[in-house]
Amino acid sequence: MSDRAWAATRKGLFELRRVGALWRVERVSFLGEPVTMLLAPQADGRMLAALNLGHFGVKLHASDDAGVHWREVSVPTYPPQPDGATGPAWKLVQVWSLAMGAAGRVWAGTLPGGLFWSDDFGSQWSLCEALWQQPGRSEWFGGGYDVPGIHSLCPHAQRPGTLLLGISSGGAWETTDDGRSWQQRSRGMRATYMPPERAEDPDVQDPHLIVRCPSQPAVLWCQHHNGIWRSTDGGQQWVEVTTAPLSSFGFTVAVHPQDPDCAWFVPAQADEKRVPVGAALVVNRTRDGGRSFETLSSGLPQSHCYDLVYRHGLAVDADGRQLLMGSTTGSLWASSDGGEHWSTVAAHLPPVFALRFG
Amino acid sequence: MPTVHFTPQLRRFVDAPSVQTSAGHLRAALEDAFAGNPRLRGYVLDDQGHLRANVVVFVDGERSQDRQALVQALAPASQVHVLQALSGG
Repeated sequence: MSDRAWAATRKGLFELRRVGALWRVERVSFLGEPVTMLLAPQADGRMLAALNLGHFGVKLHASDDAGVHWREVSVPTYPPQPDGATGPAWKLVQVWSLAMGAAGRVWAGTLPGGLFWSDDFGSQWSLCEALWQQPGRSEWFGGGYDVPGIHSLCPHAQRPGTLLLGISSGGAWETTDDGRSWQQRSRGMRATYMPPERAEDPDVQDPHLIVRCPSQPAVLWCQHHNGIWRSTDGGQQWVEVTTAPLSSFGFTVAVHPQDPDCAWFVPAQADEKRVPVGAALVVNRTRDGGRSFETLSSGLPQSHCYDLVYRHGLAVDADGRQLLMGSTTGSLWASSDGGEHWSTVAAHLPPVFALRFG
Repeated sequence: MPTVHFTPQLRRFVDAPSVQTSAGHLRAALEDAFAGNPRLRGYVLDDQGHLRANVVVFVDGERSQDRQALVQALAPASQVHVLQALSGG
């Protein structure tokens, strides 16, 4: 059970420590700056934090000692944009996802839709040209931002060259050869925000977040703009899960690291309001692969609560028991029993962008 | 010689002392500043070498309208100020 976690927020990176049953803020780095994503410390203490400075652009910082000291490193940079290139400008808007792949390779998903990798922990970054040059990329569009973005990076623990990613709004894509070629993996998803004849177009799907079960990597869960989907074959086919109580709209999902049938969602009132249903915050949990759900609310505010939990605002620890959940209005809750009960860690943090154990 | 001054706000992130230059236009003057301070480039220019959306340049008190080519001519005594644009409230 981890005793350390991280909250990337609108106003800095917060290191959280658990003492007994209580989490508290141990350290704040980059106070005042938006931290859009982090890569939690590796076994050797190295970690990354992605900043989005309001005036001066996106920056990446690396630490060799688990967040005590930081130094600025290179940031993914788009190549010169050819004359006449359509679509969004080839300019880095945000680092929206970071993941450690095989052999020390770090993957970075960005707005406006480029995937980058670094084999030296951020000293140098390369654009994954094979994905960037996909003809279908011209069909991608923004979901939550003005430009498309890669928010989900799902390496495959047993197949080093395999990575599945999710794009708002550009569907799901998979490489099995370390990024040299890509296949669409959105089959089964459905987009009601499109004309009916294009509802199943894989290039226009808006998966809000995709997560992979580490111990059974063929199982993936997706909180999509139009509902909940699950795949048991590595994303070849997605099957809609329609049994979630209250609402199947939301932004986030977490999967139990050892139990692929167990996943957590935070429902919200679709689509225009985007607040907890009935202004009462709950977590929906399935333990049978989506055949049924329990709605968990113990310890969570049940009246006049307008907290929204964004894509990366729900984290599950390696034990599958400990959870953290942070909201757009700066509330942070913890559970040590798989979401059965929650306790408030902080009520006045900056808006929470991402939570990570480690 | 033209002089390029950078907003003190940048000092939170990167050294940005004023730089004297013999450059005849804006981009060359900025390049002179970046030559001794490579990290500064990414704070002022974006991936395509354009002025960042929320950075503004004044040349001798006039806001530079050219945000991409940056070929505005400088006089020998020009004063260039690289500032953060005010946005929001």
